[in-house]
Amino acid sequence: MVGIVGYGAYLPRFRIKVEEIANQWGNDPEVVKRGLRLKEKTVPAPDEDTITISTEAARYALLRAGIDPEKIGALYIGSESHPYAVKPSGTVVAEALGITPDVHIADFEFACKAGTEAMWVAHNAVKAGEVEYAIGIGADTSQGAPGDPLEYAASAGGSAFIFGRNKIVAEVLHTASFTTDTADFWRREGAFYPRHGGRFTGEMAYFRHITEAGKMLLEKAGMRPEDITYVIFHMPNGRFPLQVGRMLGFKKEQIEPGWIVPEMGNTYSGSSPTGLVATFDIGKPGDIIMLVSFGSGAGSDGFIFRLTDRIDEVRDLAPKVKEMLDRKRYVNYATYAKIREKIILNE
Amino acid sequence: MPTQRHWREIPQRYRLEGNFCPDCNRYFLPPRLVCPGCGRKELTPKKLSRKGKIVTFTVIRVPPKTQELKTPYPVAIVETEEGARLTCQVCDCEPSELRIGQEVEIVFREVMREGKTGVIMYGYKARPV
Repeated sequence: MVGIVGYGAYLPRFRIKVEEIANQWGNDPEVVKRGLRLKEKTVPAPDEDTITISTEAARYALLRAGIDPEKIGALYIGSESHPYAVKPSGTVVAEALGITPDVHIADFEFACKAGTEAMWVAHNAVKAGEVEYAIGIGADTSQGAPGDPLEYAASAGGSAFIFGRNKIVAEVLHTASFTTDTADFWRREGAFYPRHGGRFTGEMAYFRHITEAGKMLLEKAGMRPEDITYVIFHMPNGRFPLQVGRMLGFKKEQIEPGWIVPEMGNTYSGSSPTGLVATFDIGKPGDIIMLVSFGSGAGSDGFIFRLTDRIDEVRDLAPKVKEMLDRKRYVNYATYAKIREKIILNE
Repeated sequence: MPTQRHWREIPQRYRLEGNFCPDCNRYFLPPRLVCPGCGRKELTPKKLSRKGKIVTFTVIRVPPKTQELKTPYPVAIVETEEGARLTCQVCDCEPSELRIGQEVEIVFREVMREGKTGVIMYGYKARPV
């Protein structure tokens, strides 16, 4: 059996409230908060990016795994905000973790599902017997154009998962992917901000892909929604994951532990993976946990995990998601615009 | 800080790989060629812990061009658990809240960029626990 042997999330300390963004653009904060079911979002510090977030999350995963970093044979990072267009993020992270040079590295992109893509490939590299351990990371410092509804959600954070065969914390029971060519959200080469198809991003993209992948996964596993202890969906806002959960037959209590978007925002490739870490933080041995991501373009990856007895041993070895969400410092819109480099400066 | 020099310093900047004098029981980061206490040249490589305390600090209000987004920012001498003293920026805090003796953790951050199109350099900074 192959599974997760160590996991970790990392969230920046800065936050901006929905009110602060809404007031800047002349929108009614209460309408936005109710409509999107969001309160605030994480903001990366000026010296944080996908590489630093991935490194910190992976360090926490290593603390929980308790393995020699040199035994990791593959490292994959999924993100849509890799700091370089050409030059991998993974090399920096691997060097910082001390796992070079005997390691296979790749950076992935697939909008918000790049993180679960990295997990999927890491899982299969171990399953194929090519490497002893592999690490899959999803992290982003998400971009949303100023004044666009996306700006209320686009946030920063990420999670890392080490896959292996020994000392497993969460066994991987089943996986499934559902993918079509659907242009619901994109960013062209050289463009600073992404664009999206408005309402088209809902029914034909998010809801279709998650429900289809979810159904495929449950069918493969021979399980029904009531057999699953907790479920995590991609969280572009607060409303969508609750709605897609209802469509698949899940109850709110099954979704809630991983539904961290009202305080975290949408960390894009780090969204559902960080929801998974938050669920591991409260899970018990034997719990069955299902994850279905969504990436525009479009596709969904699904996993079903079963927690082992080891979850109770490793849980407290690194910071929990709730602790990182509670440790915060608010910034106003002007500071946010400065540190997110939305202000044009002279060279 | 040219790219090549930064590349050579990756072990100390990314992984806190300093060194240690077995005669004086002293730890160093950056690693030293010669122990300043006894003159010993064969020092032992040693990876340092990421926990420390602020020994002293100053606040930079007139920064170099590459650090403008962070101004004002503290620069501190941090003593690690082993006793090595390193100099670095302190991040994620208001300078007015910092205190001598404050506990910090050493985190991995971007330290400098060569403009908008150049290399991004990473290294260590301290942040209050």
